[in-house]
Amino acid sequence: MTDNVSHRFDRLPPTSADCVVSGRPSRQDVLEWWDERFGIDPAVFDGYSFWEKGAGKLWAFAGDVPDPITVEALGLTALRVRQEHWKPTTDAVQRFGHHATRNVIELADPEARTFIAGEDQQLAWDGDWGYLIVTRSTVDDTEPLGVGLYLHGELRSQIPKGRRRDID
Amino acid sequence: MVLERYRPLIEEFEAFLAACERPLPSVVRVNTLKASVDQVREALDADGYAYESCEWHPELLRLETDHPGNSWPYVHGWIYGQEEVSALPALVLDPQPDDRVFDACAAPGSKTTQLAALMADTGTLVANDVNLGRLSALRSNAERCGVTNCVVTSKDAQTFSLGPFDDEPFDRALVDVPCSCEGTIRKNPTALDEWSLDRVTGISGVQRGILERAVQMTRAGGTVVYSTCTFAPEENEAVLDHVLGTESCRLIEFDTPLTTRPGITEWNGEQYDPSVGRAKRIYPHLNDTGGFFCAKLEVGS
Repeated sequence: MTDNVSHRFDRLPPTSADCVVSGRPSRQDVLEWWDERFGIDPAVFDGYSFWEKGAGKLWAFAGDVPDPITVEALGLTALRVRQEHWKPTTDAVQRFGHHATRNVIELADPEARTFIAGEDQQLAWDGDWGYLIVTRSTVDDTEPLGVGLYLHGELRSQIPKGRRRDID
Repeated sequence: MVLERYRPLIEEFEAFLAACERPLPSVVRVNTLKASVDQVREALDADGYAYESCEWHPELLRLETDHPGNSWPYVHGWIYGQEEVSALPALVLDPQPDDRVFDACAAPGSKTTQLAALMADTGTLVANDVNLGRLSALRSNAERCGVTNCVVTSKDAQTFSLGPFDDEPFDRALVDVPCSCEGTIRKNPTALDEWSLDRVTGISGVQRGILERAVQMTRAGGTVVYSTCTFAPEENEAVLDHVLGTESCRLIEFDTPLTTRPGITEWNGEQYDPSVGRAKRIYPHLNDTGGFFCAKLEVGS
């Protein structure tokens, strides 16, 4: 096993049997995680490759480039791994969260405003604790907003500082 | 007054000057990767925002707010604040799904995200900007818009290497270069405070270098679009004239629903290749937009 090279993008191996970098998950691990945690069908990611840059920062990419490659960014950041609980990013949830069927919490407008402002709030939720996909209802659908951490009756907003907004 | 130098070029010069004094409305482009025009209109209606569509491109909406960033459609990545005329070059480049596209000077990303949408987020879009400080804005805008086909690089576009990309040339390149920004005066009334002829001349050297390199990296038969938001012929037709002489490429005609004027073939005693007349000049008083310059090139063998 070799170590992760922090400044370089490496494509995830297809399965753990193909893995040569210690601690790196495989594509199969990533697909299974989205499926188990959020009920997102692995087929949703058919057109995407997953890459690691930095320790545990995974990116989803729809294009085609040589592997490995040293660039600034590749597609969008999707997932933080190499910690006890894997954590999806706001961008990945906004892009792929429509497909989720589990651990999705839909907020009414005032709660959605509180969430996108980056504030924590007391909310009832009888599902799993941990990272949830937070959505709000729009005119004809629901739209994923980002990630919330649900613990002890509280929904903690995980919206990054630069993406927080006071909605007019 | 800098703009006086263009009096010989512009019909209805007083109308041009008057337009330059008027502020521009806040315009957003619908990010079709995440929402349809109808969806955005419904959401804006529901939240009480007044808007009207730009006649020439239905994906552009003029909004009656100075803070489109504080709306739900913005948070969802459904809209992107973009001066309406700056939506032109990506449309002229006309990238197709599965193309390999180079965006030479991409930050902060309005045209990059538009290119990704035109490509339906397929193929490979290399978005480059030499300015590291502006890359975070580019990345954040691309991610908010849900773009996944984009590779962000930070190199000098004049010496950009295809080495990391297995030397595979691009199908198309957008060369929207840094410029003296004369055309943005309606958005930013202080745009011309730093103007000097030395600066114009200096920046035109960089513009030539970037356009030359982009042509070299595009396959034979591929398309390069050159654009600026300035009126200065030194940064527009003179750059094209130079590249026609150094690289294998030719200027081609293109249509746009905007009212435009042809590129000029003579300036301050210098003659340019007659084909630079195929480029288009866009003046503020003709469509009530910012000022712009756009040219389409086909790369030769």
